Amino acid sequence: MKKNWVALPLAGVVLSACVTVNIYFPAAAAEKAADKIIDEVWQGTKSPDTTTKPGAPAPAVPVNQKEKSI
Amino acid sequence: MNALIKFCVAWLVLFSVNVASAQVNIEINTPGVSALKQSMHDRHSQLAEFYGNGAVGLTSDGMIAVRDASAVPLAARQKVNGLVAAENQDRKALYAEIARANGHPEWEGDIRNTFAQRWIQRAQAGWWVQIGGSWKKK
Repeated sequence: MKKNWVALPLAGVVLSACVTVNIYFPAAAAEKAADKIIDEVWQGTKSPDTTTKPGAPAPAVPVNQKEKSI
Repeated sequence: MNALIKFCVAWLVLFSVNVASAQVNIEINTPGVSALKQSMHDRHSQLAEFYGNGAVGLTSDGMIAVRDASAVPLAARQKVNGLVAAENQDRKALYAEIARANGHPEWEGDIRNTFAQRWIQRAQAGWWVQIGGSWKKK
């Protein structure tokens, strides 16, 4: 008889645990996640990349290394 | 009796873990998802041309398919078929990986359906998408 004190709440906990395992699909969150991934997969295709380098590197300055030591 | 109490405590811990994981959030920041995203992004630069000319379209089940092979020069058809097959393999893996990363492999179908809707909704004008079994141009 004493065991009932433990067994009953235990049964309750087990049952409620079973209910939480069976949670349903979070559609709104999934949509947001999908959008994020789609953004990343398709990014950079809306407009053809105009890859003009802003401020092309200045032409190399002639380097004089004529320091001769005799 | 002692063992029973221990068992009870263990169940309580399990229960609270379940409650924590029931938070409505979809985890997509895993190495597997990142790798698939990167692979699909790299492939997209080659596929975009075929979406644009109607050779390839987005299907209603979250995949892509060759819609009009005649839009592709004979020499490039093999390449398009390869791209489509590789893309579909990645997509399938992506849906499964997201479901797995969230501890619910059984969500794969739901995730695939969600993606199918979003891919189609966000497709660029001029691309072909499959709606209700037939192809439509966006």
